[in-house]
Amino acid sequence: MTALCALLVRDLRLAVRVGGGALTGVLFFLIVVTLMPFAIGPDLALLARMGPAILWLGALLASLLALDRLLAMDHEDGSLDLILTAPVPLELAVVVKAFAHWLTTGLPLVISSPLLGLLLNLEAKASGAVALTLLAGTPALTFIGLIGAALTVALRRGGLLLAVLVLPLTVPVLIFGVAASNAAITGPVPFGAPFGILCALTLISLVIGPLAAAVALRQGLE
Amino acid sequence: MSLIDLANPSRFLALTARALPWLAAATVLAFAIGISQVYLAPDDYQQGATVKIMFIHVPAAWLGIFAWIVMSVAALGTLVWRHPLADVAAKAAAPIGAAFTLMCLVTGSLWGRPMWGTYWVWDARLTSVLVLFLMYLGVIALWRTIDDPAQAARTAAILTLVGAINIPIIKFSVDWWNTLHQPASVFRLGGSTIHPAILVPLIVMAVAFTLLFLTLHLAAMRNEIMRRRVRTLMMLQAGARMGP
Repeated sequence: MTALCALLVRDLRLAVRVGGGALTGVLFFLIVVTLMPFAIGPDLALLARMGPAILWLGALLASLLALDRLLAMDHEDGSLDLILTAPVPLELAVVVKAFAHWLTTGLPLVISSPLLGLLLNLEAKASGAVALTLLAGTPALTFIGLIGAALTVALRRGGLLLAVLVLPLTVPVLIFGVAASNAAITGPVPFGAPFGILCALTLISLVIGPLAAAVALRQGLE
Repeated sequence: MSLIDLANPSRFLALTARALPWLAAATVLAFAIGISQVYLAPDDYQQGATVKIMFIHVPAAWLGIFAWIVMSVAALGTLVWRHPLADVAAKAAAPIGAAFTLMCLVTGSLWGRPMWGTYWVWDARLTSVLVLFLMYLGVIALWRTIDDPAQAARTAAILTLVGAINIPIIKFSVDWWNTLHQPASVFRLGGSTIHPAILVPLIVMAVAFTLLFLTLHLAAMRNEIMRRRVRTLMMLQAGARMGP
């Protein structure tokens, strides 16, 4: 337990001190949202209607881009080998690593989303709904991405491949994230149904992600 | 002869060399029967002759899914039993599965043009088959990225199994998504109320496609084994040239 806490504190510290982690993701998110009106026009009504989708896509891409630092840096400096040989179960170690990664990249996206919602002419209630669905859904993105990161950690040119492997798996999260946001804003579906499924998807990925990632890391070590 | 005996590539090659001509002949025969039956099958009263696209489209869709199941079983063989032939089977099945899935998409959109008036609609079925196709391409890309065959096999096996869990979830999500956006208008075959005149050729074609898959799969596995032998020989040769 203390080992896992130490790992969590270490990862959080590294993310904050090495720099470029959390805030770069938020900056990327901001830029994606800024680019959208240039592409689809400054029509405020249209932007409000597409707002949840834009925010979800931006968050998806931002969390995808951050994935390569989830395991790659530990692989480069050798600390991943230490984690692999440690007495702590590898499954739990990767859960802690992914959780720390979410705290430093996923959570800032959730917190900044209401602000970006203002840019997209979203009302307070709509922004709140999007932030809530992002809070429930971004852990799923991180834990699905964990599988891709573990599969490609040993590859030198894994960046693009990581995106290709992970993005199809995130289709359900995107569908139910946007569906729950739209349900809260316009209806007619009750908010609870898609939101409940979104939470279920997060819980499933919380189980499958670490198991598959641990197997992948052990296989890669041989 | 048990499954473990086939782990010897020479034995596998000898066995398949004997079996392949028969399988190929059975495939040709099944296609001959299937295509003649399709030719004789009646036109649909609404869709006319275009309904015959279905006899290629539907078996291709089934085989697209079947190939992923074959890959998943092979992935278990790779991860659990370390069966060397399982690696080869998984690698050989991926491009064939992708080809069948692509065939399903292409015939589907050719069918959609006269029936729906457009090559592509974001129908739930089309979309989930498209995602399946993308996942095939991802697996193939992973195979091609990792140089060491054994490591590539294990990595691709994990992705295949994750995909096997996720594909039903994706299918279900896409169904939800579509019904949310455009209810009714979804194309249906009318449940199980297919007339025998259509159903019998369809089943024969499905058998023919399955035989085609088996033939192609075994041939691709043989090619892969020979490719690995060539690779080993070339590495030995390069090692000999370098000197001790």
